[in-house]
Amino acid sequence: MATTHTKAAARLMMSPAVILLLIWMIVPLALTVYYSFLNYNLLMPGAHNFVGFTNYRYFLTDPAFITSIWNTLLLVVGVLLITVIGGIALALLIDQPMFGQGIVRILVIAPFFVMPTVSALVWKNMFMNPVNGLFAWIAHLFGMQAIDWLAQVPLLSIILIVAWGWLPFATLIILTALQSLDEEQKEAAEMDGAGIVSQFVYITLPHLARAITVVILIQTIFLLSVFAEILVTTNGGPGTQSTNLTYLVYQQALLQFDVGGASAGGIVAVILANIVAIFLVRLVGKNLEA
Amino acid sequence: MARTVSNRRKWTFTIIAWVIALLIFFPILWTFLTSFKTEGDAVAVPPHFIFFHWTTENYSEIWSRSNYLLYFWNSVVISIGSTLIGLAISIPAAWAMAFSPTKHTKDVLMWMLSTKMLPAVGVLVPIYLIFKNTGLLDTRTGLVIVMTMINLPIIVWMLFTYFKEIPNDILEAARMDGATLGKELIYILTPMAIPGIASTLLLNIILAWNEAFWTLNLTAANAGPLTAFIASYSAPEGLFYAKLSAASTMAIAPILIMGWFSQKQLVRGLTFGAVK
Repeated sequence: MATTHTKAAARLMMSPAVILLLIWMIVPLALTVYYSFLNYNLLMPGAHNFVGFTNYRYFLTDPAFITSIWNTLLLVVGVLLITVIGGIALALLIDQPMFGQGIVRILVIAPFFVMPTVSALVWKNMFMNPVNGLFAWIAHLFGMQAIDWLAQVPLLSIILIVAWGWLPFATLIILTALQSLDEEQKEAAEMDGAGIVSQFVYITLPHLARAITVVILIQTIFLLSVFAEILVTTNGGPGTQSTNLTYLVYQQALLQFDVGGASAGGIVAVILANIVAIFLVRLVGKNLEA
Repeated sequence: MARTVSNRRKWTFTIIAWVIALLIFFPILWTFLTSFKTEGDAVAVPPHFIFFHWTTENYSEIWSRSNYLLYFWNSVVISIGSTLIGLAISIPAAWAMAFSPTKHTKDVLMWMLSTKMLPAVGVLVPIYLIFKNTGLLDTRTGLVIVMTMINLPIIVWMLFTYFKEIPNDILEAARMDGATLGKELIYILTPMAIPGIASTLLLNIILAWNEAFWTLNLTAANAGPLTAFIASYSAPEGLFYAKLSAASTMAIAPILIMGWFSQKQLVRGLTFGAVK
């Protein structure tokens, strides 16, 4: 079927996408690498002399850097844990026979469509505010002291806000996989005396492996660069308690106008993301093959 | 196949599921309700859930205070524009990969996916500077370019997974019957590809509509979409919940409604066809 003629046509059809992506990737990345070796601040026009690895040294020895790496990881892992476990639980629940399943689905999927700036502001003000927020009111109802979420536990608050937005995604994908599970297999296991727990562990969970892989992969891509939620709630603070790598580089670039330093930070972020990516692509390559 | 379920069990699950679903949905519902309150009612303790003085004042105030239509229009142009351009570039590519795959096809796809993992901050500085020097900063054109490029890998992947499922046999049968390439495209492939293209279109409009890294960093007063419109309400603390809610409702309603209508198509697209 694939003659030389169609092969040439295929290459031609693919080339715009491939070439554009290549340019989009290589040109800015090369520039970032170049800037990262310069002493280049937008507030000091003119002089951008070569400074070797100075920018990297500053960036990597900045105490905020280690904090931001840690925060980035906590954010990704925290949100993944909540959404995957919550998603499995919710999917199992929604999969049960019930009235109004369609409406339940619609309600559960809704947070996915809410833009990050809106969800962050709504949670920050109307729920987590220590004076007027609903959480404060609930705490008072139970005679507890209201906590100032974004000041006392900023990273946890952001994890919760982001997880709320991604829970529907995980739920929906796991639910889709769940619905393709062969009922007869479960019935056979039940007849053989398998309890609900062992049915779940030996039949349901392996069946969901692929769906969970997809959830982890796609969410990780987006979670590594959470930005807006931090920008409109805590601005990375208090101090650097909720600064992730993306936010740290943003601060360096657009708030301090330090092109060189921000570029070094960007390259560090790229390297770290690549380590995660290699791991993930392997995982996906294996799981999507079958 | 369907086991008979006792009514009691069904009701139990119904109640549990509805309670949880309403809890998850609650922030959106609460935002919607608050948008019709006076500022006083919005912060009342204990909260007023339904019995308050309903008013549409917040909407008219937001409407007159900020240029909602401009932001809305920017969101529309950026999300739909970038999606259409992305589709125009991706359809031939995905087509070729699905129908005349070579041994490199999988590598190309994996490479495309890996560009999605390039963190945006890694290229923020040069893009910002290039845009600044070419006058693309704070323009819709600039954002359409960025959105097209960041969503391109996803579009190609999604289309590829859809196209791959169109059976090759049908094409061959058509060729045997003497269909020309043009006829093959119009009468056989297009009708079979349209559902896939449609759900790719929908998902990417949603992703672009809600994207908030590039839109916040590359826009100011002129090209800011609704994500930026809402961020401008982040500054004041305290007595402004009703207006914030009205603005939020106006920002999310269009895409929420669209998403609800297309949820079935979205799920499959989102999983890159990996989950059926």
